[in-house]
Amino acid sequence: MIRIENRNASSRLFKFSIPIISAVVSLILAAIPLAFAGANIGEAYLVMIKGVFGSVFALSEMLTRATPLIFTGLAAAVAFRARLWNIGAEGQLYLGAMAAVSIGTGVLDISGFLLLPIIITFGCLAGALGMVVPMALKTRFGADEVVTTLLLNFIILIFLQMMLEGPLKDPMGLGWPQSAPILDQGMLPTLLTRMRVHSGLIIGLVLAVILQIFINRSIWGFKLRAVGENISAARHAGIGVNKSLLGVAICSGALAGLAGVSEVIGLKGYLTADLSPGFGYTGIVVAMLAGLSPIGVIAAALFIASVFVGADSMSRAMGVSSYLADLIVAMSLICVLIGGFVSNYKLTFTKQKKVTFK
Amino acid sequence: MIDILQILISESFWAASLRISTPLIFGVLGALLCEKSGILNLGIEGIFVAGAMSGWLAVWLGAGLIGGVIVAGLTGAFFGLIHAILTVPLGLSQHVSGLGVTLFSTSLSYFIYRTALPNVSSPPRIEPFRPIDIPFISDIPFLGEILGQQTAMTWLALIMVFIVWFVLYKTPLGIAIQAVGDNPNSVDAQGLSVYGLRIGSVVAGSALMGIGGAFLTMSAFDAFFFGMVNGRGWVCIALVIFASWKPGKALLGAVLFGAFDALQVRLQTEVGAFVPGQIFLMAPYVLSIFALMVAARKADYPRALLTPWFKGER
Repeated sequence: MIRIENRNASSRLFKFSIPIISAVVSLILAAIPLAFAGANIGEAYLVMIKGVFGSVFALSEMLTRATPLIFTGLAAAVAFRARLWNIGAEGQLYLGAMAAVSIGTGVLDISGFLLLPIIITFGCLAGALGMVVPMALKTRFGADEVVTTLLLNFIILIFLQMMLEGPLKDPMGLGWPQSAPILDQGMLPTLLTRMRVHSGLIIGLVLAVILQIFINRSIWGFKLRAVGENISAARHAGIGVNKSLLGVAICSGALAGLAGVSEVIGLKGYLTADLSPGFGYTGIVVAMLAGLSPIGVIAAALFIASVFVGADSMSRAMGVSSYLADLIVAMSLICVLIGGFVSNYKLTFTKQKKVTFK
Repeated sequence: MIDILQILISESFWAASLRISTPLIFGVLGALLCEKSGILNLGIEGIFVAGAMSGWLAVWLGAGLIGGVIVAGLTGAFFGLIHAILTVPLGLSQHVSGLGVTLFSTSLSYFIYRTALPNVSSPPRIEPFRPIDIPFISDIPFLGEILGQQTAMTWLALIMVFIVWFVLYKTPLGIAIQAVGDNPNSVDAQGLSVYGLRIGSVVAGSALMGIGGAFLTMSAFDAFFFGMVNGRGWVCIALVIFASWKPGKALLGAVLFGAFDALQVRLQTEVGAFVPGQIFLMAPYVLSIFALMVAARKADYPRALLTPWFKGER
């Protein structure tokens, strides 16, 4: 007989090692699709590693890719901690990006140094709005936030296309559906000369540290964790559950909005409908790999970004489809889920007594 | 106004509505079956993709149309089994596991498609299902016109509504599935296997989702495109709540949704000059959210939905 038993205590080291093991296992499992595609497996891994760590340029590309993932990863981690299922980071990201180009392209006459903070503030507000609406639908009508945030992603993406062909369209853009460029004083400075990595990364790192402290050390964080762990107990303890959840929703939406702002004013300089290759959804994987810890989000985002950048350069060199990266990311999520189970439960084998009749 | 009325009484409009709603009928039935047993399956979006790709690929490799449908169903069942193992015996978060299955099945389908067909600029086409003419039915006025334009897959979807209803409400198995979604302890006390019932329901429901996806590549279109599912799975999850977990209402919801989608396409050609086309594209998703707002409070949830159950733990 196999029985599932709750582990009363699992060591911190064990819990800490689960995401790392999951990441490694998903990378090893990638050998199967690589073999299926007929590639030389050893060479493929070497090219991937070189593509991420082989040069300063490669490292800069990886950090550039990790930046939006830190923001969307934090957005998911904060929400999931309170069991608020915000699957709408993709849409909120585009709301933030739209706010950035609405303000940053010279519509408002704002003197130089003020423009940047105003863009960031409005980007956060737009993203937060994108999560407050489903939150209100949940508390007012009981509409499940999973479904509404998922559907809102599609609505916002279509809205974005409408804006890019209409009010936000660049008159100088030769007919392409893209926004006008952000003014120079509205752009975030880059970190290295002639590299794409930008100071959005620093903002992300600082926010991760702040959130880590707030979630673990503040009253707000305590309420958030209480709501997440047992909502009815939290209600009995007199915690304003709806108010707490609204705060979480605003925080999570604003972080996702920041991802869009940072991509626009740190990297691209203008907005197109393909700004994000699914950063919002990948953020969920980042948060899960991080064990929903804000500091862990940094490490998880670096890992996922490495997978994407490495697989891209491997794809260019060897002709294997770059969807391999998405596959590795999906497998790492499933591995970390199973790992979470292993760290909480153990299987015990009990011998069944044989009954013999004479 | 007259134009809209004319659209609404035309046979071709309702024929299109039924065609558009076919993948949704499969999807809503599949999601309903999973949720009746207490398991939310957010893998649906990715299982649609996997069904669409695998069914198409099987036909392209020469398996025949019926073979393609079977392959799509088995593919759906396979990803359903992954979700079932993660959520039933392991009792992991149904939300996250479902999203994981969606990411996994989508990326695996895209990867296999790209690997099987590395250098194609336009996707290769297959010979899809053709509308079938059933002698007596096509003689019925109005309804005959609508049904006469449908393929075998739409007929299969309509038959599945009846089968799912019959199994859930008229057989002991169905009563057990409903009970396991409401109160797993009572089912366990009866000596039935909670795990078995739940895993079976999720696998069967996911097979239906896979076939729904195959409709897109084998009946609605004749090729596979990236992003062709485009949120249809999430719409199904909303429609299940709208239908309050009843197969008949699920059919009604899916057809109404299809009718609305068909109407927006026709309106777009009528008034497209004055209103940006995206307003119409947005409408189906907005409608789904409205349907949720109207129905969510009144919906008759399976009481143990989202609650994991472990043997020997009360």
